Amino acid sequence: MAKVIVVTSGKGGVGKTTTSASFATGLAMKGNKTVVIDFDVGLRNLDLIMGCERRVVYDFVNVLNNEATLKQALIKDKHTENLFVLPASQTRDKEALTEEGVERILNELKEDFDYIVCDSPAGIEKGALMALYFADEAIIVTNPEVSSVRDSDRILGILSAKSKRAIDGVEPIKEHLVITRYSPKRVEMGEMLSIDDIKDLLSIPLIGVVPESDSVLSASNSGVPVIHDIDSDSGQAYADVVDRFMGAKLPLRFLNVEKKGLLSRIFGS
Amino acid sequence: MSFLDYFKGKRKQTASVAKERLQIILAREHAAGSSGPDYLPALKKEILEVVSKYVVVDNDAIQVNVERDDNCEILELNIALPENQKELAAAE
Repeated sequence: MAKVIVVTSGKGGVGKTTTSASFATGLAMKGNKTVVIDFDVGLRNLDLIMGCERRVVYDFVNVLNNEATLKQALIKDKHTENLFVLPASQTRDKEALTEEGVERILNELKEDFDYIVCDSPAGIEKGALMALYFADEAIIVTNPEVSSVRDSDRILGILSAKSKRAIDGVEPIKEHLVITRYSPKRVEMGEMLSIDDIKDLLSIPLIGVVPESDSVLSASNSGVPVIHDIDSDSGQAYADVVDRFMGAKLPLRFLNVEKKGLLSRIFGS
Repeated sequence: MSFLDYFKGKRKQTASVAKERLQIILAREHAAGSSGPDYLPALKKEILEVVSKYVVVDNDAIQVNVERDDNCEILELNIALPENQKELAAAE
């Protein structure tokens, strides 16, 4: 049975699209047929992060309005087998997303795919609500910073009140926390909320910590999801997120201030 | 050196300040979320309208709270009447 996973945060700029791109890529690399949908109608960016911006012909809203078929709109990823991108429309607004339309497309995708990753826009309006409404699981992307934590808490409230699962009274959405832009050095100096602080405040299971890293910008510059950069700490952190999502028990990495060489000598690998 | 230490010590506190502030605001927002059904503002407005028919009261003289115990919810209504109020009924 296909799973619908929303990547959400409330606040903008915390790494939803970066996370969606790498998470979906990681699922596909494991052999799962995966589609990642950009719900940010009017401000699409997933295509850029995935590096397929020049191959967009039809989009999500075209399919919603029956102006194109899903097959025509889905873009096959160049780097990864089993991975497809459904871009958002750049010219419409989020009112184009209707509950019936989104449900119809998700149901159609469920027939073909193992995982459907919904990249939510920021905010708690129509686009964000539609991205989370049909979700089975949710990845909450949070930065170690007050406004991001508060907004994540807010979005958790919305998941448990306004999602279809909440309204239908069935098993609630399974929530996973991904902390991004984490700086062990600043945490050690007491300048930044720690993992434990954030876990205390949001009290949902942590599925990964992605350190602040130059490689994320390089990855988006070149349109290749950072998970492909297997030498980078953030690429490896995203690979861990995918493994944990699939059920692996892995210790958290990149939580200590890095002293080159020493860390790998102590912990192996 | 001592100046640096002082500086370090000062900086050290900001993460814990952040956590404390978040704990307070999240608790408050959770309380507001659970005690604030959608109809609460309208209820407040209508009660105020009824009370205003008889007594002159301020807009912010009324407080509506819902408190949740284990199994029951208590609607608490507080209306502060001004001391030398003019009773409209008497004036008529």
